[in-house]
Amino acid sequence: MATKTEFKNPVIRWVDERLPVFTYLDHEYNQFPMPKNLNYWWNFGALASVVLVVMIVTGIVLAMQYTAHVDMAFESVERIMRDVNYGWLLRYIHMNGASMFFIVVYIHLFRGLYYGSYKAPRELLWMLGVAIILLMMATAFMGYVLPWGQMSFWGATVITNLFSAIPFVGDWIVTWLWGGFSVDNPTLNRFFALHYLLPFVLFAVVGLHVVAVHITGSSNPTGIDVQSPRDTVSFHPYFTAKDSVGLVLFLFIFAAFVFFAPNYFGEPDNYIKANPLQTPPHIVPEWYFLPFYAILRAVPDNFIGPWVTSWMGFTFISAKLAGVIAMFASIAVLFVLPWLDTSKVRSARYRPWYRGFFLLFLLDCLLLGYIGSQPAEGAFIWIGRAATAYYFAHFLIVFPLLGWFEPTRPLPTSISEPVLKENS
Amino acid sequence: MRMKVLVIAAALLGGISTAQASGEKIELPDIDWSWKGPFDGFDKAQLQRGLQVYTEVCATCHSLSLVAYRDLAALGYGEEEIKAYAGNYEVQDGPNDEGEMFTRPAIPSDRFVAPFANENAARASNNGAYPPDLSLMVKARKDGANYVYAMMTGYAEEVPEHVTLMEGMNYHKYFPGHQIAMPQPLSDGVVEYTDGTEPTLDQEARDVTAFLAWAAEPELEERKSMGIRVLLFLGVLFFMAVAVKKAVWRDVRH
Amino acid sequence: MADEVQTPESDDEGARRREFLYLATLGVGAVGAAAFAWPLIDSMNPAADTLALSSIEVDLSPIQEGQSITVKWRGKPVFIRRRTPKEIDEARAAKPADLVDPQPDEERVQQPEWLILVGVCTHLGCIPLGQKSGEPRGDYGGWFCPCHGSHYDTSGRIRKGPAPKNLQVPHYVFLDDNTVRIG
Repeated sequence: MATKTEFKNPVIRWVDERLPVFTYLDHEYNQFPMPKNLNYWWNFGALASVVLVVMIVTGIVLAMQYTAHVDMAFESVERIMRDVNYGWLLRYIHMNGASMFFIVVYIHLFRGLYYGSYKAPRELLWMLGVAIILLMMATAFMGYVLPWGQMSFWGATVITNLFSAIPFVGDWIVTWLWGGFSVDNPTLNRFFALHYLLPFVLFAVVGLHVVAVHITGSSNPTGIDVQSPRDTVSFHPYFTAKDSVGLVLFLFIFAAFVFFAPNYFGEPDNYIKANPLQTPPHIVPEWYFLPFYAILRAVPDNFIGPWVTSWMGFTFISAKLAGVIAMFASIAVLFVLPWLDTSKVRSARYRPWYRGFFLLFLLDCLLLGYIGSQPAEGAFIWIGRAATAYYFAHFLIVFPLLGWFEPTRPLPTSISEPVLKENS
Repeated sequence: MRMKVLVIAAALLGGISTAQASGEKIELPDIDWSWKGPFDGFDKAQLQRGLQVYTEVCATCHSLSLVAYRDLAALGYGEEEIKAYAGNYEVQDGPNDEGEMFTRPAIPSDRFVAPFANENAARASNNGAYPPDLSLMVKARKDGANYVYAMMTGYAEEVPEHVTLMEGMNYHKYFPGHQIAMPQPLSDGVVEYTDGTEPTLDQEARDVTAFLAWAAEPELEERKSMGIRVLLFLGVLFFMAVAVKKAVWRDVRH
Repeated sequence: MADEVQTPESDDEGARRREFLYLATLGVGAVGAAAFAWPLIDSMNPAADTLALSSIEVDLSPIQEGQSITVKWRGKPVFIRRRTPKEIDEARAAKPADLVDPQPDEERVQQPEWLILVGVCTHLGCIPLGQKSGEPRGDYGGWFCPCHGSHYDTSGRIRKGPAPKNLQVPHYVFLDDNTVRIG
């Protein structure tokens, strides 16, 4: 439990009396009670915040050398790679950091799905997390445009063009987004401004996310609440030490990519300067967008059309618009997950049927990712549609029904109980 | 335990390469390049030969605009040699006090002079085809080094029966579509190596590929050597962190 | 650890070892953090292309006696004047008492014929006139700064006006009789 610490250092005391930052830090990161049974899947939130700081710090330093003009952007990035001291290192850290950021956050998300971390009273915490993912996606999308390679340009063209699917105002919106009649210098310039801005908005939302988890306390692998101090240990030194292990291992993997496979996650086409008059044979987004790209392309032409055309007299919702709606819906459905899942039990440890569906869902997401990387032809089309259908079915059908019918395993009486039982 | 299985499954699926060309999958030759492994770097002598091939053959049509003459110090050349090499090329400078643009010999701080003033001029001299800049070619293609080598060596005299060559095109075993505007650039003895190495087509192709690999990734050797030190450091730190964690948690039943 | 006999001694020993481990790990971690910080800071230092332009070589052969040229070096103008014997004599004749910032001409040139100066007025940074024919050279035959009226002599020394110091002589080296490397 929290006790008011007396600080020995007079300077710290002086500041703390006027603005209790040190008391706050001591309370939230030193003494804060954490369930003592957290496993390493709980490391990923802290990892994500480390990656965010790394991205901001490398990003600022890169921004000092980058020029956001269509005639100079590509060359300014190459100047960073070749002439700026350690420029290649900073660029590769930033580039691979984006991929690492998504890997860590996706794992963090799936941890939440498995252990029921999104359930009451952590619904708002979860929704803030989804907002963070949205901000990450916007930031990453715009960041990828900045080097002004072929994929930068054509990816930006394809995705911004999607907004033209919005009825009535679509074309105006796209012109407004572009600042012109195609992706060009005004677009690049505003993407740079926003790419610099959004990470700080993200930082603020992460702050809210952390405050929210400190209100409810962390969940834990059993999914049952902390009942007494016996179930907890203080954040420091127990979880500073444990998180450090995960952090160093993560940095090792990160470094392995940066130094030995820096272009593994990338597309060779982006090392060709953007050419508005030549489309690459396959426009592929970065890997972390692939599942959403698959969902976007999954809606068939004749899906909505006939239903709506018949009584409206024109195609109000085109396949393109339906794809866009489906893509945003795939994230929107995450927002409302706390209310879709009817189970009284949080953790999948005690939900044997849910475990199976969780695995199915994970495989489905991986499959969607693979489909997104392939051209929209042949078998890939119907597989993509089936995978998209399951994605929505998982949230809209499986979650509600499972809660009502699933026979769950008996929960332990407390967090400490399984440990005490083992050792007695 | 199940979670571990899931993670491994995810990692395996993640290993599938993105975007394959629809239709034919062209297999490239697989050369054992000197810089392939985590401890490997470039062979300076090979890079110098590659520079010679680039200078005498490729530079007629292909620019290398992202490389500066001073960068050639990495190949083992001294300041005077680089000044002399650069001095062979004319760079546009100006305007002077009269308001006119003028040309002057290149100096080491200049970037490699392009053979054509702009893309249109390049196309006009090459039947409408544009010889791309080569500074990043090895990174701009999948399996780039093998691709460039294949480009150099993949010409065939005999055009297969099912292929109709368009006018001005050459049959190529590896180029997507099998027709390429560039005629075969290299052949046995097209350059005479100053270090006495025998200039076979294969040797020339390897050397110019190595040179272009360096041009695309001049930081490669520094990157790998730093990488080894970083991974060793993190490896040591990892075991220390594990020891600290165990010590801290020693008295907690968990 | 194997079964430890819990004597006060070994407990203490264990605690000391643990303290050392924590300190050592923190230390190694701090070294890592500093190593990560260094590239961030060093990237702000001049890059290779900037450094490549940090020295320039100038061909002096086209410059006639009495003629001045201006070259750009590190973003600033550098005046190179091939002095006439008269200009050299005038520079040498000046007495220290006459000078605002006393410095003999011999100290300001390596070869008396070639005067090489950074063409930035030491007052507030304007570029003095006197390089082109027709431009005023001030009362001492050198340069005249139009911003606040500083007069420089044929050795580039301040004689009259608000500038406190002589025009700066950059570091230079004659590579041969016709070529000088500045910087």
